[in-house]
Amino acid sequence: MRLERNMRSVCKLLAQRLAISLLVLAGVSVLVFAIARIIPGDPARIALGPNATAEQVQKLREQLHLDRPIWTQYGYFVRDLAEGDLGISLYTNRPVTTDIAQFLPATLELILVAGIFMIGFGLPLGIVSARYRGRAVDHIIRIVSLLGVSAPSFVWAVILMLLFAFFLPLFPIAGRISTDFEIDRATGFLLIDTLLVANYAAFGNALWHIVLPAFALALSGIGQAARLTRANMIETYGRPYIEMARSYGFPEWKIASRYAFRPSIIPSLTILGLDFAAMLGNAFLVEAIFAWPGLSRYGVTVILRKDLNAIVGTVLIISAAFLIANLIVDLLIAFLNPRIRYGQGSK
Amino acid sequence: MKRAAAIVLSNPMSLAGVILIALVVSSAVFADLVAPFPSHRGAVVDFANFNQPPSWPNIMGTDLVGRDLFSRILYAYRISLILGIVVLLLAVPAGVVVGLAAGYIGGRTRFILMRTTDVFLSIPPLVLAMSIMGVLEPTLANGMMAVTAMWWPWYSRLVFNITLAEKEEGYVLAAELIGASRIHVMFREILPNCFPAIITKMTLDLGFVILIASSLSFLGLGVQPPTPDLGSMVAQGASYLPDSWWLTVFPGLAILVAVFGFNLLGDALRDVLGGDQ
Repeated sequence: MRLERNMRSVCKLLAQRLAISLLVLAGVSVLVFAIARIIPGDPARIALGPNATAEQVQKLREQLHLDRPIWTQYGYFVRDLAEGDLGISLYTNRPVTTDIAQFLPATLELILVAGIFMIGFGLPLGIVSARYRGRAVDHIIRIVSLLGVSAPSFVWAVILMLLFAFFLPLFPIAGRISTDFEIDRATGFLLIDTLLVANYAAFGNALWHIVLPAFALALSGIGQAARLTRANMIETYGRPYIEMARSYGFPEWKIASRYAFRPSIIPSLTILGLDFAAMLGNAFLVEAIFAWPGLSRYGVTVILRKDLNAIVGTVLIISAAFLIANLIVDLLIAFLNPRIRYGQGSK
Repeated sequence: MKRAAAIVLSNPMSLAGVILIALVVSSAVFADLVAPFPSHRGAVVDFANFNQPPSWPNIMGTDLVGRDLFSRILYAYRISLILGIVVLLLAVPAGVVVGLAAGYIGGRTRFILMRTTDVFLSIPPLVLAMSIMGVLEPTLANGMMAVTAMWWPWYSRLVFNITLAEKEEGYVLAAELIGASRIHVMFREILPNCFPAIITKMTLDLGFVILIASSLSFLGLGVQPPTPDLGSMVAQGASYLPDSWWLTVFPGLAILVAVFGFNLLGDALRDVLGGDQ
């Protein structure tokens, strides 16, 4: 009975959020489309170069519907999008979806591992900091996490690379995996593909390659998560029910892990969704330093080449990934927060 | 005000922040006097001296065409600070007006304004600025515009949340009762109560704008050479790692120092003034 009501309110929430996300995604498509069409100069001319004849340019303009009014162009764009077609990249001459499918998994893999680092280091640091508030440990964690958010990830990438790949050669300098390994591409996620063929040496090698770039990417998120968790935990520690738990003689670790942490994690989760968004952008910076074969080089190249279809497609896919991540975070919060779970409170 | 300043200065962390910011700002303002080689801000070459490790008089080494890195970093600070201030001067008023209108007027206005805000917020920040920079010419003015476009929604959301809470307060109802206009209530009654949160966020954001702008130019989508810029310095030096480490490490640390300073001060302000999550 309770479970049923429980599920129903979560489903309702999911439907609501899904509708809003789709609406926002439609807005994003308009915005990105508008940005891509304010390009000064003729994209067809830029793509074909100065040596192309006027007829060739005209033909490409017709092919890209650039000769139609902008509303019609957007109509064509939406129609193609509905069929899962993002057009042809003028830079690689392949469908944009093929390009993105090739490069996106490497980037997502990097971001997911960075996300694990963010939670795995950030939350515990915040908990320890709050538990020992005002002591030396707390000050050190606060300074370190503030440093973490104070530099762009390419600076951390440079520093980590110098320290742990050159000065102390613990990790490889660049790439996703050593060239000795040949792994058939199934999902594009090397950590999964290597496990699928049960090649554990290759799995270890890929893991070894991802540590430094993922950590460089995660550092600002770790700092953010630690700061937020600390602030929320301190607020919760001030509540009367913690005092009561103490007076009942519950051990400190139990109070920290059970009573103080649980209410504190909900606001942290919301921020984690935003940090995920930041990582989707920051991955570009880290990939450039570590020569990570992800979406970064493709993205930057198509932007510099003013490759309309590819720019629109890349931004749209990245935004969709971000909206999905936020949807998952919303659901997690709904499961963790009894007020939402039981359908009593609104947001 | 005096009390706030006293609290900020008595905390060692925020005091450190004030000192760092003072260093960064004064080196930007007095770059002409402090820089050992003021002419190196431009397109100068000194091939006899190229790519030298730190030594006297080039305390941070020289770059690939022999220019003094320390001098160039000082001038880069100047441009970063100007960019940061201009971006906030454009983004904050825009975001504040949208947030106030959406929060106070409500209804359809709220729906349209806040959903537009959501659209901007759901493109990862750097990616939005990148795609705008991609279609525009990479100049300083366009860089400012691109960063502004990604920055205003944060203020509109912040002010929107405060306005929602404040508009139920007694003083707002009182002003409405005596027939104050919407404009008056929004800008003269509610807005002053948003100031503490806005000021805190602006202090923190000045650092973050510098950070994002340097990321853009790191990707080659920002200020173009020969204008000195911390991000493009790191990008140019990155292919010379690890041997010419000074090419990347010093500009990188320069970003860290500036942003860290604004973060330290912003944190202290948040404790004193409250507001801003």
